[in-house]
Amino acid sequence: MSAIQEVVTEAPAVEAVPKRAMTLGYGTSLAMLLVLILVPLFVKNFVIFQLTMLLIYALAVLALNILTGGSGQFSLGQSAFYAVGAYTSAILMEHADINYALTLPVAGLVCFIFGFLFGQPALRLSGVYLALATFALATAMPQLLKLGVFEKWTGGVQGLVVTKPDAPFGLPMSQDMWLYYFTLAVSIAIYIFSVNLLKSRSGRAFMAIRDNEIAASAMGIDVALYKTLAFGVSAGITGVAGGLGAIAVQFVAPDGYTITLAISLFLGMVVGGVGWLPGSIVGSAFIIFVPNIAEGISKGLSGAVFGVLLFLVIFLVPHGARQVAVVAQHWLGKLKNG
Amino acid sequence: MLSKQKMLAAVLSTAVIAFAATTGSALAQKKYDTGASDTEIKLGNIMPYSGPASAYGVIGKIEETYFKMINEQGGINGRKITFISYDDGYSPPKAVEQARKLVESDEVLFLFGPLGTPSNSAIQKYLNSKKVPQIFVATGATKFGDYKNFPWTMGWQPAYQSEGRIYAKYLLKEKPGAKVGILYQNDDFGKDLLKGLKDGLGDKAASMIVAEESYEVTEPSIDSHIVKIKASGADVYFSMTTPKFSAQSIKKLAELEWKPLYFQSNVGASVGSVLQPAGFENSQGILSAAYAKDGADSQWDNDEGMKKFYAFLAKYAPDANKADGSVVFGYGQAQTVVQVLKQAGDNLTRENIMKQATSLKDFTPDTLLPGVKINTSATDFYPIEQLQMMRFKGKKWDLFGDTISGELSN
Amino acid sequence: MELFTNQVLAGIATGAIYACMALAVVMIYQAIDHLNFAQGEMAMFSTFISWQLMQWGIPYWGAFVLTLAISFAAGILIERLLFKPLAKAPILTNVAGFIALYAIINSVAGLIWDFTIKQYPSPFGSSPFLGSQLISTHQAGMIGITVLLLILLYLFFQFTRVGLAMRAAASVPESARLVGINTSWMIALGWGMAAAIGSIAGMMIAPVVFLEPNMMLGVLIYGFAAAVLGGLTSPFGAVIGGFLVGIFENLVGTYIPGVGNELKLPIALALIITVLVVKPAGLFGRSIVKRV
Repeated sequence: MSAIQEVVTEAPAVEAVPKRAMTLGYGTSLAMLLVLILVPLFVKNFVIFQLTMLLIYALAVLALNILTGGSGQFSLGQSAFYAVGAYTSAILMEHADINYALTLPVAGLVCFIFGFLFGQPALRLSGVYLALATFALATAMPQLLKLGVFEKWTGGVQGLVVTKPDAPFGLPMSQDMWLYYFTLAVSIAIYIFSVNLLKSRSGRAFMAIRDNEIAASAMGIDVALYKTLAFGVSAGITGVAGGLGAIAVQFVAPDGYTITLAISLFLGMVVGGVGWLPGSIVGSAFIIFVPNIAEGISKGLSGAVFGVLLFLVIFLVPHGARQVAVVAQHWLGKLKNG
Repeated sequence: MLSKQKMLAAVLSTAVIAFAATTGSALAQKKYDTGASDTEIKLGNIMPYSGPASAYGVIGKIEETYFKMINEQGGINGRKITFISYDDGYSPPKAVEQARKLVESDEVLFLFGPLGTPSNSAIQKYLNSKKVPQIFVATGATKFGDYKNFPWTMGWQPAYQSEGRIYAKYLLKEKPGAKVGILYQNDDFGKDLLKGLKDGLGDKAASMIVAEESYEVTEPSIDSHIVKIKASGADVYFSMTTPKFSAQSIKKLAELEWKPLYFQSNVGASVGSVLQPAGFENSQGILSAAYAKDGADSQWDNDEGMKKFYAFLAKYAPDANKADGSVVFGYGQAQTVVQVLKQAGDNLTRENIMKQATSLKDFTPDTLLPGVKINTSATDFYPIEQLQMMRFKGKKWDLFGDTISGELSN
Repeated sequence: MELFTNQVLAGIATGAIYACMALAVVMIYQAIDHLNFAQGEMAMFSTFISWQLMQWGIPYWGAFVLTLAISFAAGILIERLLFKPLAKAPILTNVAGFIALYAIINSVAGLIWDFTIKQYPSPFGSSPFLGSQLISTHQAGMIGITVLLLILLYLFFQFTRVGLAMRAAASVPESARLVGINTSWMIALGWGMAAAIGSIAGMMIAPVVFLEPNMMLGVLIYGFAAAVLGGLTSPFGAVIGGFLVGIFENLVGTYIPGVGNELKLPIALALIITVLVVKPAGLFGRSIVKRV
């Protein structure tokens, strides 16, 4: 090796989170589930819609969490996968007249393949270089969607309007409520899948790579395969979230999937706690509600107020909601024992 | 068995209903939908106060200030306007959330002037299914005048396509053998304008247009596109651009010493916020079309309407920049909705709002060019359809020719 | 052929913008070991300060020097107030901090100076340079300033004690502390210098793209790309990277039929990524060997 090469002991970009700490206990999970099931019965349709979006963004944040918190790969390109999922669902529903529920697995699959393929060149990149590559993907996506060649299907700059589904079997439920419970069911399924994935052999492989790539490969882990797999899974889940998002919002357009979305999802992950899956919903709440609070405080300075609030959060809890949960658990433990 | 009291109540209410039915005409004078009352009219609005399009947030602020003035002057028919304006950051999903909040939580009477094609497209279906008017949307996309499919949605400013057609008309008359080079913004605005021009040129479009270049708003500089258009040998140049890029384009052409017949889209034709920064000496002879007066153009200093506008700015919005086209825009738009509310009188139902918005006759806000009038009908959902050609000379726009109507067959 | 030459020249002119910004990016990377997303906004704000100073009647070079000083101080202040408390927080939390800073600066600038574009003077004028209309004297001046900065930075990092200490603090903080370097202040100094260089970039770029709160949005993407292409550890590489990106992009837009024009940026970025896959540390960067 030449003398100009620098030798560095690099701390891993993402801290190690033991896998048991990545989820909630059964009691807490059930309580949370109960709240999610009951709340819509008591609130306005508009709030139900907000809650639906909350679940959808939580899924997207969760997907990023699997990638970054799980396998240690950083991505600013999640908006691209979200967009592909949204457009897949929208195009299948509007052009091919396929039932909305059936479009979601397709959206997931398309994004899985897309993510897996994107993971190939990304393999050679890490840190800021990977950040730039994913960032490039995010900036390229709206331009691809606008492209004249695809306009017949994508609607070009004008976007596509999507029909909202009614509740099936004549259930006496508003469209919003039905979509909420539908989204909730999908979210729970994906959450359980993710938790089990991270507990499985593959999950352990992800985390070994995150904590030390060289050591992981020395242990016989196929680093390349698992890294691309993490990209694929993450993209697939984001795609399903995108599809749900298209159905809930009833509209897809290139302007909905810019780099701003990718940055929001990233912030959601940080606020929720990197690597802590239940934090995804806290992060999602942050990116949906805090901008509303900020504009309530000052319209002209809404951006600045948002920035200040974000600083406050990361000053108080640099590890996000996970830190709050750890502290809470600590106190509860003391209370029980003392 | 009903108790005595309940019986009495039933009888009484039947009597009241019967009475109301017979004297309906007298009582119908005051009719309200959600969002209106004896003292208040609630309007909803969505603006990109944050994010990439935050430059347009000024429109919302000026409108809010305008309503504040109206309220100080006693409101409309004794009712005060409550203007609830939310930020969507130019993101369609957020616009849907905010529109639903306005309708279902704040319970506004209708939505006035939400900004941007993507955001308005996203909320159009929802508002129409709820029968909530979405009037005077702040975008020139042609699709917001489709009264057959979306009877609750209407535009305000001239459609971008109309503007394109007017340029085509002028070009066919003045320079039918032109070789046209076009620079357009790759979004709904640029593409609509381009379509209008092509439709207007008709069969000749293919032979006349020698170069078409699009740019993204994220591009720092558009030099390369201009170099390419110049190399195509064009002798007519269209800059279908927004202010920053309009100024860059004017400056670049001057640096290249390229002097084609120059058309500048109305959006980027502001004296104060485009031509002055780009340099007046570089802007001589540029052609454009307008429907509103320019807030920084000295020829309107003694205009009755603009005097009112300047007085309003001086008193209520001293910080506002009169050179900013968005300030003039917000004022004119707010004035139009106030007219609709005045016409609606005490019948403040959503249906009547739509009816009044579609029966504006020769209404002229202070800021529109002389001769440009707002006319709408049940089959005409495009309030402003006239434009006048103009040429830049010295430090101001010289209007010439008649106001041209760029009506679209829709 | 003429079109080719013209596009290359126009690419060099635009590349000068990217090169200037890339230098600032490399500067902060040297100091803190990651990219600062708020850097473009900091540069924009500095440029507005200089504009305001000129509005108050201070001549160009006076405003230029004052802005440099103010930016340097502001950079240090931002680090001390906002990022020093986050020094022990995870890297991703710091990145969230950059995003917050971005939002704050952009929003405040919009409120103070509004969003209409402002003309910004150039000390070099804008007449054709050496008879070529494609490169103006301003752009030539901008290239000159960039090269001058590059030489100064090179000298600073190679030969001054502070420069060497900064490099040590950024790449091996543990060992740097052991030899008595105050790494915390080195980082603050790095922020100050990055802010000052950013302000120069802003003041050079503004005459071309016009001054407004969102002027750096696109420039920063290209600045990052240029810095990464050239190698984040090499100021020289960053400048070359800037010019390459500028030329790359123009040729893609001109010569790739069909989608070239619409997808100029994505294709240019894809090319950069291809380069990175082959040379992961950029064209001129030092490759880093990891130790387990």
